[in-house]
Amino acid sequence: MRDARGDIKRPIGLRLWLSGGWLTLLALAAIFAPLIAPQDPLAQDLFTSRLPPFWDAKAEAGYLLGSDSLGRDVLSRIVYGARLALIVALVAGTLTCLVGGTLGLIAGYYRGWPDRIISRFVDIWMAFPPVLFAILLIAVLGPGLISIIIAIVVIDWTRFARVIRAEAMSQGVMDYVASAQVAGRGRFGTMITEILPNVLPTMVALLTLEMGIAVIVEAILSFVNLSISTDSPTWGGMISEGRTSVHQAWWVLVFPLITLFLTVLSFSQLGEGLKDRFDPVLR
Amino acid sequence: MKPYLSIRNLCVTLKHGAPILRSVSLDVSAGQVHGLVGESGAGKSMIGKAVLGTLPRALHIRSGEIWLDGVDLLTLPLQERRKRIGATAALIPQDPLTALNPSRRIGPQITKRLVDILGWHKNAAEDRALDLLAEVHIPDPARVMRSYPHELSGGMRQRILIASAFAAEPKLIIADEPTTALDVTVQKQILRLIADMQARHGTALLFVTHDLGVVSKVCDTLSVLYAGKVVEDARMQRFFMRPVHPYSAALLAATPTYTNPTGSLKPVPATVIEDVETEVQQHDMRAGL
Ligand SMILES: Nc1ncnc2c1ncn2[C@@H]1O[C@H](COP(=O)(O)OP(=O)(O)OP(=O)(O)O)[C@@H](O)[C@H]1O
Ligand SMILES: [Mg+2]
Repeated sequence: MRDARGDIKRPIGLRLWLSGGWLTLLALAAIFAPLIAPQDPLAQDLFTSRLPPFWDAKAEAGYLLGSDSLGRDVLSRIVYGARLALIVALVAGTLTCLVGGTLGLIAGYYRGWPDRIISRFVDIWMAFPPVLFAILLIAVLGPGLISIIIAIVVIDWTRFARVIRAEAMSQGVMDYVASAQVAGRGRFGTMITEILPNVLPTMVALLTLEMGIAVIVEAILSFVNLSISTDSPTWGGMISEGRTSVHQAWWVLVFPLITLFLTVLSFSQLGEGLKDRFDPVLR
Repeated sequence: MKPYLSIRNLCVTLKHGAPILRSVSLDVSAGQVHGLVGESGAGKSMIGKAVLGTLPRALHIRSGEIWLDGVDLLTLPLQERRKRIGATAALIPQDPLTALNPSRRIGPQITKRLVDILGWHKNAAEDRALDLLAEVHIPDPARVMRSYPHELSGGMRQRILIASAFAAEPKLIIADEPTTALDVTVQKQILRLIADMQARHGTALLFVTHDLGVVSKVCDTLSVLYAGKVVEDARMQRFFMRPVHPYSAALLAATPTYTNPTGSLKPVPATVIEDVETEVQQHDMRAGL
């Protein structure tokens, strides 16, 4: 009585390949930045200022994507900028997921007063405009990597809390949860063995989405000069600087922008793709 | 003989007071099959859930007693109550889709019960699960143990739930309309399976259904429930010969028979329904609800 679906493995979709590929490339670039970057990302040189990208006749070897008004290599700065972007994405994304996911799971599964407290908190939290909130927070905490990460977690945990709460709630009324409890497993044990596996696919999708958002938030904060100290290259910082010289050297603005766009898109696509593969029902 | 499960004057209401079960009393003797019939929404599932302690949050037990093996469950603290119920009773649920965890494989879902309830070792539990799956006529049990619920048909899922209910050798099984989600041919197999398993394991069975034809085949005694109130409580033979309550009589008259399949398809008359409703209202008034 073999069912028609058998044990056929679905091939990894193009979506997963492309998004995963881009992020892997980025991760490698970030890890091996000193080996990959053709120039010192901080080295200023007025003789090489505003060099156009490689296809232009006035391009110079070693400056593949051109240089900015201070003569710094755009490609090298993007490669080094990936370090900060990915660290923020990973750390802030994971922390947000842990904080928001845990609170959402507890609220949705235990209901009652834990839910009332957490949900009220979420409601109040969501009333703050997020970007203003972030800027305010950084202003209080002072700029720096840790501040950025804290700001992202503090602002975005509500997204996880709300979605995971709803999922946990709909799982909680299922008969299998009742049977597990009747079998003598405690409330907490039931939550971990019965509910958590069912909200995991959603959590993974949200997590990758959050990583993309973290990259954007970091870029926005760099853009308004609230991120890390100005001398370490960040994509947001590059975009901010490129903006002022966009008529003379558009590439200083456009290349980091494209990188940012592709990265954020890849994170969200990776999430969707992984959700499909993680979820036994969709698989 | 002293009943194994004895529900006495059980009143279950919504949190704001609307009654769901109205002073329900019923007995299930050890090793016997007790039928519980009633139309949709009568409160059949809630009786089962009240016994197992898994009522939805909106509902609560207002008064009454639930005696299981000589102990009134409602006097026990929740955790001990659950432990007792888990060790002696099991449920075959109404909906085989929501009764299995969609993101876990079948094997662990059965063995976990044995580990949780009987404290068995995982390997022993696995062997037992394989035997049980074979006992409910599941082909290739080893493969099914590795499957996810959505990879199996509804009939197979229901068999798995039956196997899992009998796993820890409970003394009482509550089967909540175990065949309504299945098509007629599979229904028959599953019914026979439950009856066989019940006879072989000597389990007391509270069999919830709205099919009097099925009741006549498998049950020893039965209760008829209407709007959360037991209107008739009888031994099988007496019930089919001389139903006491007009609602039961009408219900019986409405059941199609093999000899006269269409002629006997009569709806329950409106006057009968009205009379029962009045009866229920009077009961509520007396109870001060
Ligand atoms: N979570 C809930 N909140 C409020 N009322 C509920 C809830 N669950 C069930 N009820 C009510 O309890 C009553 C009895 O429901 P129950 O599920 O026991 O019916 P049933 O006899 O099992 O019907 P069926 O044959 O359709 O399964 C219904 O009137 C229903 O509206
Ligand atoms: Mg029901």
